[in-house]
Amino acid sequence: MNKPAKNNSEIVEIFRHLIRDRLGLLGLIIVMLIIGSALFAPLIAPYDPVALNIPDRVQGPSFVHLLGTDQLGRDTFSRVIYGGRVALQVALPTIAGALFLGLVLGMIAGYGPKWLDNLILLFFDTVRSFPTVMFALAVVALVGPSLNTVIFVIMATSIPTYGRVVRTMTLSIKTSEFIMAERSLGASTFRIMSVHILPNVLGPLAVLAAMDIPTVVGLEAGLSFLGMGVKPPTPSWGSLLNDGYSLIRNTPWLIVAGGIPLILITLGFTFLGEALRDVVDPKLRGRGGAK
Amino acid sequence: MPDTNVLDVKNLSVSYSTPRGDLKALRNVSMAIGQKKIVGIVGESGCGKSTLISAIIRLMANNATVHSGEILFHNSNLLDFKEREMRALRGIDISMVFQDPMQTHNPVLTIGQQMIDIQYRDKLSKSKKRQRAAEMLSLVGIPDAQARLNQYPYEFSGGMRQRIAIAMALMAKPDLLIADEPTTALDATLEVQIIKRLEELQEEIGCSILFISHHLGVIAELCDEVVVMYAGEVVEQGSVRDVFHSPAHPYTAALLKCDPGHIKEKTRNLPTIPGEIPDLVDVPAGCIFQDRCSRKVPQCQVKRPLFEAVNEQHSVACHLNNKNADDSDHKEARG
Amino acid sequence: MLSYILRRTGLALVITVLAVSLLFVIIHMIPGDPVSTMLGPKASPELRAALEERMGLNEPLLIQIGLFFANMLRGDLGIDVFSNRQVTDIVLGQVPYTLTLILTSIGWSAIIGIALGCYSAANRNSFGDRLTGVLSVSMIAVPAFVVSLYSLLFFAVTLKWFPAIGAGEPGDFGDQLWHLVLPSLAIGLSWVGYIARLVRASMLEIMGEGHVRTARAFGLPERWITYRYALRLAILPTVTVIGVGMGFLLSAAVFTEIVFSRPGLGKLVIDSITTRNYPVVMGSVLFSTLIFVASTTLADIINALLDPRLRSAR
Repeated sequence: MNKPAKNNSEIVEIFRHLIRDRLGLLGLIIVMLIIGSALFAPLIAPYDPVALNIPDRVQGPSFVHLLGTDQLGRDTFSRVIYGGRVALQVALPTIAGALFLGLVLGMIAGYGPKWLDNLILLFFDTVRSFPTVMFALAVVALVGPSLNTVIFVIMATSIPTYGRVVRTMTLSIKTSEFIMAERSLGASTFRIMSVHILPNVLGPLAVLAAMDIPTVVGLEAGLSFLGMGVKPPTPSWGSLLNDGYSLIRNTPWLIVAGGIPLILITLGFTFLGEALRDVVDPKLRGRGGAK
Repeated sequence: MPDTNVLDVKNLSVSYSTPRGDLKALRNVSMAIGQKKIVGIVGESGCGKSTLISAIIRLMANNATVHSGEILFHNSNLLDFKEREMRALRGIDISMVFQDPMQTHNPVLTIGQQMIDIQYRDKLSKSKKRQRAAEMLSLVGIPDAQARLNQYPYEFSGGMRQRIAIAMALMAKPDLLIADEPTTALDATLEVQIIKRLEELQEEIGCSILFISHHLGVIAELCDEVVVMYAGEVVEQGSVRDVFHSPAHPYTAALLKCDPGHIKEKTRNLPTIPGEIPDLVDVPAGCIFQDRCSRKVPQCQVKRPLFEAVNEQHSVACHLNNKNADDSDHKEARG
Repeated sequence: MLSYILRRTGLALVITVLAVSLLFVIIHMIPGDPVSTMLGPKASPELRAALEERMGLNEPLLIQIGLFFANMLRGDLGIDVFSNRQVTDIVLGQVPYTLTLILTSIGWSAIIGIALGCYSAANRNSFGDRLTGVLSVSMIAVPAFVVSLYSLLFFAVTLKWFPAIGAGEPGDFGDQLWHLVLPSLAIGLSWVGYIARLVRASMLEIMGEGHVRTARAFGLPERWITYRYALRLAILPTVTVIGVGMGFLLSAAVFTEIVFSRPGLGKLVIDSITTRNYPVVMGSVLFSTLIFVASTTLADIINALLDPRLRSAR
């Protein structure tokens, strides 16, 4: 755990382990598929995801429309592919932001004076005490539904998750013997933070982030399903489900098609995350919300 | 003679299956404990002490297999016992005190509750059982026993917890008490107290004790006999007097040299035994100690030394014990 | 123990006050204000002024927060603009529906999850353990609102085994229970897998600890060791996770209530957002925060009851 830094051979080692772990490999493949189809959506999707095609509306799955069409004749398969873009557009900045802020706050709490630690912990506890969806709805009620609102709210409520892990790890590394030794030799706080604590914290944090992606994607889809997320013509998996829900008796394929990518993305990132966790830090296994 | 033994281990071999292959943790181990005797086992960590005791009480790890041998307790082989029969024995006829007192007790139940629970086989009233628990606590020197029964393990110090563990182990007046390094986790003054108490209680109850330790001073103080183990084999055994005063195996001699209690002159460097324990997955031919032995002879690499008597109460597995071996070598070994 | 409960409740109160204040501050920082939200952009200045006056929005932020708390202590969360009813009454009317749904969901999933976890730990690496493991991951992988939609489509619309809409006839317990099946299935499903994995992991960890070895060395029956000695410890992380999970449960309830058109806090919030009924939205968010804080506090207190070591900590 206290290795100073990750070098290339270690990354190769992680990959080798992933490939040996069958579920991890499956997770990696699913994740690559989803990311790939989101990146190359224009090449993969047979139709324009927002183009109306009234004559072809409410059609079941066929060779022309693999997953059928919705009430406006839009091709469901194309919307599912483009929906991956929206999902990742929300998930990546949200997690990057929460990760960064959690990292900074967690390191300050773990390394700083006791009162600051307590203050930050109290802040974490406070933010965590909002049920995420309810908090999101309160904000949406004021500013109206938009992609940015979703990103802001999920980011704000995820900071404590990362912050707490970083704080605990910083605390344990800070009091470890090799840091004590280095400090007694006069190493600066900045040096200790950047050379020793940061590299040690990053691995477990990456695992946590990988496991968190499906949660964020699910939240985005949920809010869009409620009509409180992404605005209508944009193809989100959530709005796909919403369209399917309002026409549940006529277009059941919409619900099925909107749900499957959500299930796949969760499975993919969970398998990948667990395999990574086994390599990065077996001690993280079974970490619950316990204090 | 053998009929009077409480415990008689004969040619016991145990191995653990590991990803690298079978780790032969015990190979042809034989030892015996007589009535009301205290027998000590010494050896470095990894020598098989723990495997031996977990085999005796039959609480072995899942990947452990007994390949051969017998464990006779009052002349019946424990290895033939069904799990149910074995359970009836545990805590009643054979009981144990473990190494780490901080982990011995269930953290969420009171000491009283745990001491009452282990009497579950007796058809006494709960208050009688409680009374007995309190008496045992007083016996091991815990003041205000009645009140302390209501406390949880975390409210006791390590030394106190180990006394409680001893009280629990002796509650049913067992024939054999197995103590697995019971004082290793404690500091020196507590160690002396616990050893004294254990000695008194043994006298009172009249049980035999198998005492595991790597602290030679404690063994010398407490035990009648000592068994020296190295890398899964017994290399020397006999009365404490014989073994400690005239060690016949180079390993025992080296152990004694390394024991800080035996070092008389001021020295900068504590002596150590150079080298490491051999790989027990791939056990080398010949004597198991040859790599680290300072007095090895050509025979050591070829032939495993047999157990031979030095005198009536002292035996050793070493080629040097051969009658034609030079007597001066022995003197040198004693240091 | 009493002192622990008092300390923990005190902390909960502090967190509640902070949370409500934070909510206030955030809402003030966000572009957009309650008045234009409620009246729409074309409202006349007089109307705006009157509403701002009535809601106390002219005062400085700190005074507003103070006033809000003072009113809250009296159980006054403002008046619903449309019906002129107390917001507290409206929200409180919906709380039981949501709580029933959440407690039923977590109840059945905890029972089955703990049983599966114990089974898996006791029969480690058996076929049953592996099957449970695979099922658990699959259950966790499906978000609650997707399960809601799928089960609505399959069991209610296609097979017509269960009702699709509402919470059942008031007073008719059987009917209400009938309406509860699919929604609580949807919310609880992922928890079954989650709890099973958690219990399995902590059970395995605890069965390897020293005190279990001691209990075995004293010949205690294995069943006794499992349920009386180990499960009590293994259950601790699960209690915490359920307590903290109340946030997820409340979120899942929002979706499920919408999908099954069940009354409850979630449906109330969504309806209020569509009708721009801002005080009701705030009231519902506040109540769900209270429920969440109460549940984490309760989980900690239950843990302290089960584990004496925690009582003296912190």
